[in-house]
Amino acid sequence: MNRELLTFPKGGIHPPEHKEISEHLQIERMPIPAEVDILLQQHFGAPCSPLVKKKDIVNEGDVIGTVSAGLGASVHASVTGTVKNIGTSPHPTSVKAPSITILTDTQAQPRTYGPADWKAMPRDEMLSRIKEAGIVGIGGAGFPTHVKLAPPPAAKVDTLLLNGAECEPYLTTDHRLMLESPGDVVGGASIILRILGINECKIGIEANKPAAIDAMEKAVKEASSNGQRISVVPLKVKYPQGSEKQLIQSLTGRKVPGFGLPFDVSVIVQNVGTAKAVYDAVCLAKPLYEKVVTISGKGISRPANLLVRIGTRLKDIVEYLGGTKNGLAKVVMGGPMMGFAIPTLDVPVMKTTSGVLFLTEDEIDLSPHGHCIRCGWCLDACPMGLSPNEIGVYVEAGRAEDTSQFGLFECFECGCCAFVCPARRPLVQFIRLAKMKAKK
Amino acid sequence: MDPVLLKLALGGLAVLGCIGLFFGVGLAMAAHKFAVEGDPKVEEVLEVLAGAQCGGCGFAGCEAYAEAVVHDPNVPPNLCFPGKAEVAEMVAEITGKKVTGVQDIIASVRCSRIEGKVGKRHKYTGHPSCAGANLAFGGPFACQYACVGFGDCAESCPFDAITMKDGFPSVDPDTCVGCGTCVKACPKKIIELIPKAARVWVPCSSKDTGPAVKQVCEVGCISCKLCVKVCPAKAVSFEGDIVKIDHKKCMEFGPDCKEICVEKCPRHIFRYYRTSKSESETLRAVAA
Repeated sequence: MNRELLTFPKGGIHPPEHKEISEHLQIERMPIPAEVDILLQQHFGAPCSPLVKKKDIVNEGDVIGTVSAGLGASVHASVTGTVKNIGTSPHPTSVKAPSITILTDTQAQPRTYGPADWKAMPRDEMLSRIKEAGIVGIGGAGFPTHVKLAPPPAAKVDTLLLNGAECEPYLTTDHRLMLESPGDVVGGASIILRILGINECKIGIEANKPAAIDAMEKAVKEASSNGQRISVVPLKVKYPQGSEKQLIQSLTGRKVPGFGLPFDVSVIVQNVGTAKAVYDAVCLAKPLYEKVVTISGKGISRPANLLVRIGTRLKDIVEYLGGTKNGLAKVVMGGPMMGFAIPTLDVPVMKTTSGVLFLTEDEIDLSPHGHCIRCGWCLDACPMGLSPNEIGVYVEAGRAEDTSQFGLFECFECGCCAFVCPARRPLVQFIRLAKMKAKK
Repeated sequence: MDPVLLKLALGGLAVLGCIGLFFGVGLAMAAHKFAVEGDPKVEEVLEVLAGAQCGGCGFAGCEAYAEAVVHDPNVPPNLCFPGKAEVAEMVAEITGKKVTGVQDIIASVRCSRIEGKVGKRHKYTGHPSCAGANLAFGGPFACQYACVGFGDCAESCPFDAITMKDGFPSVDPDTCVGCGTCVKACPKKIIELIPKAARVWVPCSSKDTGPAVKQVCEVGCISCKLCVKVCPAKAVSFEGDIVKIDHKKCMEFGPDCKEICVEKCPRHIFRYYRTSKSESETLRAVAA
């Protein structure tokens, strides 16, 4: 490929990719587990309230929880079966969260979905289908998609950006999705363009996925254009290329102002996985209740790109893949840069789960952290141009509330600073602590 | 003497005298014009306050409280916790307010994870503070409500009344003045201010259901609510899924109940509060 690769100007790092573990593995459908725990909050906003009672019989795809007021997205039963309990489940960030446990009916037939002609569908119908399907940004943030696709009239959106960068090491879900269902992703992009009433779409993919780039380019050519200009843009391999603000700058050259939103520079960013979910919702009326999850790391017997039902417990996944290997030291939900270490395999898969990593001791760093040596590497690495070193020092000195001067609330916790720190300082943790204390 | 020298000397005196007089008058006028009406009462109150700047009164330091207590009729004179009853009386005397009874309160950590043999769920390697460890799946202990044990409370205590023993805070009842700084510092919110004279308490803050508690802790409260039912003084209730004792009601009722709550608790987590056990036993003996 003899093209000059676009990228963002400030900071960024090149962590070892480790994509070779799972990038060649075809997406594999995992058998439905005996029980699933559907968390009631899998999105940004207010938690859902349950619509079912204990012992109710639910069908695959039924809405079982919804948000009555405020921002949110409904959750659906991912299996056919009986509601066993409405209680709590472990949650990667809030320790414990309300959930609905469904006991699977093993005799049930899988639900089938017929295609619909979306090209004749009015915009409102498409939006309401997306809302009914409970789609959220499955790249990680979990922002309800039907809200994002109905921007305030004042925001003049002219470009849709699809995020296929997948810059987190290990993760290969978006890669496989673009390789195996490029038509669906491009179809999703077309639908979103129709909803937004615009014609410009750029799909950004990091150049370490040449096969995906080719597949997507082919799919774009095959799709009838209808005046839409969809293009695939290879991006330089640099973390965090897939962060919203960095991607916008790489693809359009526009800089989102501090504390601003993509609307402010007339763009909307969606993950390629979200585009696929939009396609499923609009064309097939299929709710978001299954998800491709990368299971990787040296600590799992068989790495895989698994299509699992939302609510599948990690221990069921581990059992299906033949257990963990000796030397497993850490389980991380999400990518190694921004994911969360979890101490229990009872955690269920959520809409925003992109991967689960089983890391052995030689893949993680357990060395103790020291004092800041004022080397300034974190300043060079920070893609937002902040001062993580100062935030860390302030937090240690008990002055967390004085750290907003260093751009605390512009930090999106990508982890570049902590990655480069030669003193192994847990800078992201300092920043999370500072955010918590400064908000009070 | 040389008349020239004399002239110089007198001249110097006169010039300096004039300058002095000029600035003196200027300062006198400025002092008169920009005079700040100081309230001697605030000064007096400030004098008698403990001066620890602990913020336990809810104001930003001793001076802020002194001003508030003098000028705001709604601010009671007994808010200086370090000063205890003595200071409250003096403040009341200066401000002409009525002391409404001062009760010695002290911080108490409502967790028994050492006794309950609560195990660790994971190894934590981040920043060694409770607030930091709490961010990582609620801390390393199997019980989500357990004391994290890095001593954020001990570090925050302005009186050094909290020491960490085997990774668990121990409050010195004689040094603790009940200012509540630790209550705010604890990310688990498991420190409570309890009157020193309280009769009973529950050193557990778990909001989990019975089976979940039993899985992780040998002594934790299982929310059976038997204590609520047996208390004749109606002093025990459940608030936010944990036991809340109305100590005032409990103490007013007195020892006639024979601490039935302590006796009935199936987990023996309803307990006599510190030294008050011997006191209540004597009282019971007297009553008998």
